[in-house]
Amino acid sequence: MAKAGDFVLPDIDLVFAHDANRPHPVDVLEEELGFVDVFDRERVLLLLDHYVSPTESIANLHRRLRTFAAEKHVRLFEVGRGISHQVLPEEGFVAPGMLIVGADSHTCTFGALNAMGFGAGSLDVAAAMGTGKMWLRVPTSIRVLVRGEWPAGVFSKDLVLFLIGQFGAGGATYRSVEVEGPAIRELSVDARMTIANMGIEMGAKAWLMPADAVVLNYLAGRARYPVRPIEPDHDAEYESVHEVGIDGLVPQVSLPHAVDNVLPVTEVVGRPIQQVVIGTCTNARSEDLKIAARILAGRHVHPDVRLFVVPASQRVLESALRTGVVEALAKAGAILGTPGCNGCVGGTHYAVPSDGVHMVTTANRNFKGRTGNPNAFIYLASPATAAASAIEGKLADPRPYFQ
Amino acid sequence: MTETENVLMGSARVFGDNINTDYIIASKYKSKVMDVTALVPHVMEDIRPGFAATIAPGDLLVAGENFGSGSSREIAARVLREAGLSAVLARSFARIFFRNAINVGFPVLEVDTRGIEEGDRLELDLSSGVLRNMTRHWDRAVATLPPVMLEILRDGGLAAHLRKHRGFAFAARGVNRG
Repeated sequence: MAKAGDFVLPDIDLVFAHDANRPHPVDVLEEELGFVDVFDRERVLLLLDHYVSPTESIANLHRRLRTFAAEKHVRLFEVGRGISHQVLPEEGFVAPGMLIVGADSHTCTFGALNAMGFGAGSLDVAAAMGTGKMWLRVPTSIRVLVRGEWPAGVFSKDLVLFLIGQFGAGGATYRSVEVEGPAIRELSVDARMTIANMGIEMGAKAWLMPADAVVLNYLAGRARYPVRPIEPDHDAEYESVHEVGIDGLVPQVSLPHAVDNVLPVTEVVGRPIQQVVIGTCTNARSEDLKIAARILAGRHVHPDVRLFVVPASQRVLESALRTGVVEALAKAGAILGTPGCNGCVGGTHYAVPSDGVHMVTTANRNFKGRTGNPNAFIYLASPATAAASAIEGKLADPRPYFQ
Repeated sequence: MTETENVLMGSARVFGDNINTDYIIASKYKSKVMDVTALVPHVMEDIRPGFAATIAPGDLLVAGENFGSGSSREIAARVLREAGLSAVLARSFARIFFRNAINVGFPVLEVDTRGIEEGDRLELDLSSGVLRNMTRHWDRAVATLPPVMLEILRDGGLAAHLRKHRGFAFAARGVNRG
């Protein structure tokens, strides 16, 4: 048994890269590491998720990745198919007990399905593609127990923003964070992925949530790999244990320009905003869009506000079409985008704010310049807070919409 | 790494806490430019416009807590090296950036950076693990790298390490207990 602090070289169950990696891991694999093939074509994946409107150079990168996938017989998810952190779980590539390496820091999202997801740079990812291995130092663990009833209008995003505010941006660096408890068991997989997604925003190396009935039900008929739930040892040692009660939790907002700059929405309501994005790997799943549609149905986006809605995947879009969510959003004046990462990082060249714009987004980062313009101001919030703010043209508390 | 390369000398270029990889190199340039050299003029642009033009070869980047937080973009480590900086010294690092820097053969070291001012003359001895502030006349010990990372750095990065040992060297020595 490995203990915290040990160095290990485990087998990796799945490795993936996307179209925003520089240098690209497939180039590093062939040119810098000298591999002619991947270690296992069933365990290496590529996704074209960041750039749904390719420029000339990106179009040629996409061509290079398509050619690589065809030559090595690895699976590639095309433009418009959706964001890696949504597509891989919904297509059954993520199962409890797996070790997954992704060329994206939000790979920790898979902790919601009781899998260890590690974000890594191009060399580590390329080495994992070539050898099927990545060295790791076994982290110490932090345990967070969440109890209480979810108040109306308060969601998993509010919980994770609250936790980041408490721990700070580096509060879990090098640690694994285990989040569990009765209030977590109440949540859908969609809602849990929002929490695990933001683990990296407190520096966590990995994030783990329990493989309970909700998770096992999600995986039934979906998982492509063996389901091997992992649980803490009975005598597990934790660096610290924290209990959080959510009965009194109010919607939370991260203020510019730091994710851990968190305040209750009640302290910032009324600040004018000009743009809202409901999208990204944090909060653009079916449940998120349903919550937004519920608030926006029969209402209209404020005339001073642009509301961009970008589903996390094509399947999420299909579901939103079937359930009337798209119709409600469109009638309310939302601008619908192609499924993918657009609207999150500035490099996607989508919904880039102008100088002086204050925007609310359901994303995970609000660094200065994150959405493409360092002269804009980014607030992070739940889809409910984002939708309510889009209607009112100012930062708004969504709870009245749930009464 | 040769004897002379073990001592890095240069001026301190001081930044604060939580310098994330978006600040090091913004994604809007990452999507346009495929060549790391072409990204150099944009290093730290969103928080310190014009910084790139002021870097003298060998300058040492000095920061506070949680340097390199945020995205996993390895280009952040590559572009700092390409810009002429010789190392990053910080009180703590975000783990993905820390791995990436070692993997590309770029020295990153944890050390108490408090009291270092912009332009201080620094001397970093990588062999003895000592940081010397020539302007303020003090020495501080830098944290030693874990053996695995030290070996990768000494080999010149992960690519050179894997080629030299035909795989991960430490696998053969029983480090794998997973």
